[in-house]
Amino acid sequence: MMRILAAMVLAMIAVSPAPTFAGEGERTPKPVVTIENPGKCVAPAEEMRRNHMEMLKHQRDRTLRAGIRGEPASLNACIECHASKATGSVLGTAEGGKGRNFCESCHSYVAVKLDCFECHQPKAKFKAAGVKP
Amino acid sequence: MTLNPRHEEGLFYLLAAIGGLVSAIGIGAALYMEHSGHVVTGMNNQVVWGLPHVVAIFLIVAASGVLNVASMGSVFGRKLYKPRAPLSGLLALAMISGGLAVIMLDLGRADRIIVAATHFNPTSVFGWNVILYPVFYGVVAVYLWTMMERRMYPWMKVAGYATFIWRIVLTTGTGSIFAFLVARQAYGTALLAPMFIIMSFCWGLAVFLVVQSTMYAWNGLTLPPLVLQRMKNLLATFVAAVLYFTIVLHLVNAYFAKNIAFEYFILFDSEFAGMFWVGQILLGTLLPLALLFNPATASKALWVNVAALLVVVGACFHLYVFIIGGQAFPLDMFPGYDVKSSFMDGAVDHYRASLPELLLSLGGLGIAFTMTTIGVRILHFLPQDDLAELEAATRATD
Amino acid sequence: MTAPQTPDRNPRRAFIAAAGAGVAGLGFAAIAPGLHLMAVGEANAATEARKAGTAASPAVRWGLLIDAGKCAPGCTKCIDACHTENGVTEKLPDPRQNSQWIRKIELVDRRDGRKTELPMMCQHCANPPCVDVCPTGASMKRADGIVLVDRHTCIGCRYCMMACPYKARSLVHVPLTEQNPEVPRGQGCVESCTLCVHRVDKGQTPACVESCPEGAMLFGDLNDPSSAIAKRIASVPTTQVRADLRLNHGVRYQGL
Repeated sequence: MMRILAAMVLAMIAVSPAPTFAGEGERTPKPVVTIENPGKCVAPAEEMRRNHMEMLKHQRDRTLRAGIRGEPASLNACIECHASKATGSVLGTAEGGKGRNFCESCHSYVAVKLDCFECHQPKAKFKAAGVKP
Repeated sequence: MTLNPRHEEGLFYLLAAIGGLVSAIGIGAALYMEHSGHVVTGMNNQVVWGLPHVVAIFLIVAASGVLNVASMGSVFGRKLYKPRAPLSGLLALAMISGGLAVIMLDLGRADRIIVAATHFNPTSVFGWNVILYPVFYGVVAVYLWTMMERRMYPWMKVAGYATFIWRIVLTTGTGSIFAFLVARQAYGTALLAPMFIIMSFCWGLAVFLVVQSTMYAWNGLTLPPLVLQRMKNLLATFVAAVLYFTIVLHLVNAYFAKNIAFEYFILFDSEFAGMFWVGQILLGTLLPLALLFNPATASKALWVNVAALLVVVGACFHLYVFIIGGQAFPLDMFPGYDVKSSFMDGAVDHYRASLPELLLSLGGLGIAFTMTTIGVRILHFLPQDDLAELEAATRATD
Repeated sequence: MTAPQTPDRNPRRAFIAAAGAGVAGLGFAAIAPGLHLMAVGEANAATEARKAGTAASPAVRWGLLIDAGKCAPGCTKCIDACHTENGVTEKLPDPRQNSQWIRKIELVDRRDGRKTELPMMCQHCANPPCVDVCPTGASMKRADGIVLVDRHTCIGCRYCMMACPYKARSLVHVPLTEQNPEVPRGQGCVESCTLCVHRVDKGQTPACVESCPEGAMLFGDLNDPSSAIAKRIASVPTTQVRADLRLNHGVRYQGL
């Protein structure tokens, strides 16, 4: 009984698609990253890909806790530059339903939670209306 | 009453399943609150802590108090309490787990609970508690180990002392959460730290008595009258001590002119007055005292259990009046003025718990119940008394 | 953000910038290439923008003096301005669950029935109870006396709300999407008046101060004896709410 079960499990693993090595029939489409303003970033793309979270984390602590303003790394600067020209946001589905906007494209692919936008505004040049009490 | 073994096993699985279901519903309610925000609770920016905190603080306070049974044996050398120490340790772990689960799941950002461990503020009483609770788990676990593993027996006394000291510190920490608040009239007095300790003694013993009786009944045994006698006397003493602290606390408040309005509110002129007089004082204090001192009822296990259950019910009223009542009263920012605003200034808040927070609170009780049920099933926790030795010891001390 | 450079001719500002840089242990008080000083927006600005790259200075203590005698009955302009500036847009069925960064309190003196109104918000205490009780250190006081919540480490336990004698703090009860880019705020975290820290750092005054048609609110540096606010506090009787707690407020009232 156990042996049959084990054989079945092995067979299922064998026939299941392996996303890592998949070429043609991949399950999750690779992210399509659209750079709206190429060549204007604060650091080379390789460094940004690896270290953007560290840069943002340290900048956020310096700005909030020490009050240092005007640093080159800043989430708002990222958003202003990288927001989709069509939808105005770094989140959500990209124009024409193909792929996702800048931040979400990679983060949804690698399944890393984007906690920033629980509090930060993902749209460039957004202005809230406010309410009367 | 003796159960047929097959029925008995079925009943165990049924109880464990009910406990598990209640816990799961509680966690589901917490996920719903997490998803929707605290808008689905009755809590607001005036009453910031609600029913979940009442239940969680009851569980945490009673958890440290239930350990008192073990301390009576290993620290104060009472033979009667020694066989009860393992059960008291298990109950302590079960109840603190239920309480902490509710507190953590109620956080606005429960997903970030790890931040509480990675960022520490030494001036925060909550910060101290972040250290006090895990160490509590550790010392109680080690204590249980020294009691249940023969090779560890020599360390039992040391572990017992460590546990006793730590649980006193822990309850001081819980009481200090409120004792260190200057903002509201209801809190901010050092009396709360010792008061929470005596409350924990009382509520912990009451829970222990109920669980112990249930286990005896389950196994078709009756609690030896001597044991019942001793434990109900101790419970009566603790109930009276809590009453004493309650009287002193309210007298102090009534004496300070700045707190008279609050005292009048909580004792006579609010929805909390009825809970205080009927729930906390009559049901939770006077009735149990009568049952425990009246010779007709005090010798019967049933009535002692009723008294213990009443103490638990009274404890919930006590904490509800203390926590919710203390927040419902408006902050006194401008003495000598009548104040009014869009945000409850000068007005009493009427908090009503919503269904999700009620289910979360019950979930905490469910976690404690399930852990206890499974614990007593798989490990040896039923107290076994050596009656001859006990009677000899009693004669010697009396 | 990019604005013409403002000549640096205020000696006090130079001193503050240097002190701030020294305290923060930073070596780059000089402006980094490619960055511009931010403009001094209004003529009535109480201060000027801090240089980019410099930390808030403990030599400064930002404060607010509110003249309750001038606060017009029924006027909510400061609240509207605050909500617009800070993107407080949610309106929940239970108003007690709405965020209350600033609110108007109506006072009636029990002795003579005299009516007063005043805005109440975070008092920016020098010894803030909310900072003492916060388990993660998310509740914090900046070097220049502004009390803030670091929403990156706030876990939403609400202990600070229990500890605040002014009910100045609110929990965000719902998910938000309408935040202003310069004022991040979100579900499950506690928030309160920031003294418009993002404006103050640019050399502007808080939105409430700017909006008050009666000029009842005065913003400035309490530590600078030559500032308008310090001079007024030195010359007229002012009060701190619940002065018995000795919290040493940045926000003071006159005409109470």
